[in-house]
Amino acid sequence: MNKTTELFAPGHRGCAGCCDALAAKFMLKAVGENCIVVTPTGCLEVFSTPFPESAWNVPWIHSLFENAAAVASGVEAALKALGRKNDTKIMAIGGDGATIDIGIRGLSGAFERGHDFTYVCVDNEAYMNTGVQRSGGTPFAATTTTTPAGKASFGNLRPKKNMPQIMLAHGSPYVATTSVAYPKDMMRKVKKATEVTGPTYVHVHAPCTTGWGFDGSKTIELGRLAVETALWPMMDIENGDITGVHKIRNKRPVEEYLKAQKRFKHLFSIPGGADIIKKIQELADWNADQYDL
Amino acid sequence: MSKLTVVEGSYAVAHAAKVCRPDVIPAYPITPQTHIVEELSKFAANGEIGACEYITVESEFSAISALIGACAAGARTYSATTSQGLALMHEVLFNASGMRLPLVMTVANRAMSAPLSIWNDHQDSIAQRDTGWIQLYAEDPQEAADMTPQVYKICEDNKIMLPAMACFDGFILTHVYEPVVLLEQDLTDEFLPPFAPEHILDPSNPKTFGAFADPGVYSEFRYMQELGMSAALKKIETVADEFNEIYGRYYGGLIDGYYLDDAEIVLVAMGSVIGTIKDVLDELRAEGKKVGLLKIRSFRPFPTDAIRNAVKNAAIIVPLDKSISIGKYEGALCTEIKASLYNTKIDIPVLGYMFGHGGRDIPPERIKKIVSEAEKAIVNGITIESSYVDLREELL
Repeated sequence: MNKTTELFAPGHRGCAGCCDALAAKFMLKAVGENCIVVTPTGCLEVFSTPFPESAWNVPWIHSLFENAAAVASGVEAALKALGRKNDTKIMAIGGDGATIDIGIRGLSGAFERGHDFTYVCVDNEAYMNTGVQRSGGTPFAATTTTTPAGKASFGNLRPKKNMPQIMLAHGSPYVATTSVAYPKDMMRKVKKATEVTGPTYVHVHAPCTTGWGFDGSKTIELGRLAVETALWPMMDIENGDITGVHKIRNKRPVEEYLKAQKRFKHLFSIPGGADIIKKIQELADWNADQYDL
Repeated sequence: MSKLTVVEGSYAVAHAAKVCRPDVIPAYPITPQTHIVEELSKFAANGEIGACEYITVESEFSAISALIGACAAGARTYSATTSQGLALMHEVLFNASGMRLPLVMTVANRAMSAPLSIWNDHQDSIAQRDTGWIQLYAEDPQEAADMTPQVYKICEDNKIMLPAMACFDGFILTHVYEPVVLLEQDLTDEFLPPFAPEHILDPSNPKTFGAFADPGVYSEFRYMQELGMSAALKKIETVADEFNEIYGRYYGGLIDGYYLDDAEIVLVAMGSVIGTIKDVLDELRAEGKKVGLLKIRSFRPFPTDAIRNAVKNAAIIVPLDKSISIGKYEGALCTEIKASLYNTKIDIPVLGYMFGHGGRDIPPERIKKIVSEAEKAIVNGITIESSYVDLREELL
């Protein structure tokens, strides 16, 4: 095992500027070494564990794409049955496809059953590991390799699935939204999620240099633009009540966020693109109004 | 003399699972497995399985996934399923064996849909033959119960570390009431040591489970699974003997025989039909017919050498299958038996029959008809290598 002091060690195969690597590194810093991590199939799993190497200095298990929450519930049950649960944290870290799409049944079941674990969705808004195909987390009008813009399409037809609300509907005692672009906020929320008893959920917005089409040095910048445009509201929800909202000091127009990424580039040239951008601005404005950003 | 109690087959198996002291039981109900998991939930609710965590998962997919997490964390695990549930687990079955997690599941064998059928055949577990799981088949509720601690002991061996299915026929065995010996806790504790895996998920000694393998290392993982299966060939035999020493019951190891030594016609079968065949053979032997039975207990690992040795003096071998590979028109035993005899000096005709699919009854007359067909084939040769023996032509 790697002797670095990092619980998520360097030397993995992630892209320069990778959001998953940032998320894993800072989340483990926050949670500490007494933690068992479950990761579904995805970029994070693949680039962190090319046998015989592993970036994980905590116990880590990857089973399949759609079962991380169920695996985590088995880990939790085992630790309880064997008298080893104590303060050990169990954290599943999955991408948007594994969480929002293919894994939602198992995730819903695990939350309904009330296992004591934290599920973190690191949401980079498409199936990046397989080459940027659309997921339920892909935003409205974004192009992916399965929602290309063309003469008859402006890209992804639907807005993102509101996953935090779905998890909230399970009665989770702590649901939070955050972003890799705000490491302190992310660390605080993930740490808190692992300290609250019961199934807790943290949804981390995570700009992907490869999939979104921006320079790898701009990951944090893009993440901050998503928050500052109000397209990604960050909040704490405790026992169903919003107890904290990240306030935007200087609200930016969505164009600034959109034009910085290749996946929205078409909106600035196709007929009707301005109307689409207007609709995206309306989504942002709705967020700002709804959550008093 | 152990005490006999009249119980349902499912109860006998649930009770057997209980005395194996599982730590985690994720369960999802499906007919005809339901009574097993219901009984276990009662045991758990009454505190009769120690600190066992009984998880009412939302699907078979999560049942087997929770087993993986629990077993990797060091727990002895148990679940039961059948048919559609087992098929839903398909992807995860490979994953469990690839991660060398010795999960134990009872499979209450049932037909696959469509058309929907809740009744017995072996298509469900046979369809999982290449998933890397040990598969044993029981002929009656007592054997199914006794097989439970046996499979734990086999699959938890550190040279094996593979998951195992203990298969017994849905309804025919799960729902039948028979006198059985409920496994004694003290004998089971003597027979089955606590689960003590070498590698577990433990923050004091972090390990990585389920790494990504490139083409340079993948085949070696698969080959090592095969080595585990090979080790199981011997272990299944020794565990059956050890079970016999402690409990005084024996059903064969990899295989068993009935009138097999001098048999000219060797019927080959698995599961509950064994009982019917044994009754028929008693009659036929009384008539002087040299018919015997080769019972397959272990379908994976497949006991190739034991089978070759058992059938080498026969005049004809007759595999009887409760499964079909559509497009090959034969059942799994037929295919595997033929494959086992090829490249040997054994040149014995193999005449396969399929019956009992989707729960169709197999009366003794059907076995007798098969034997008479086999007698003719010895003289005249085989015209059709494999066929259904109980088709209703009027429905076709």
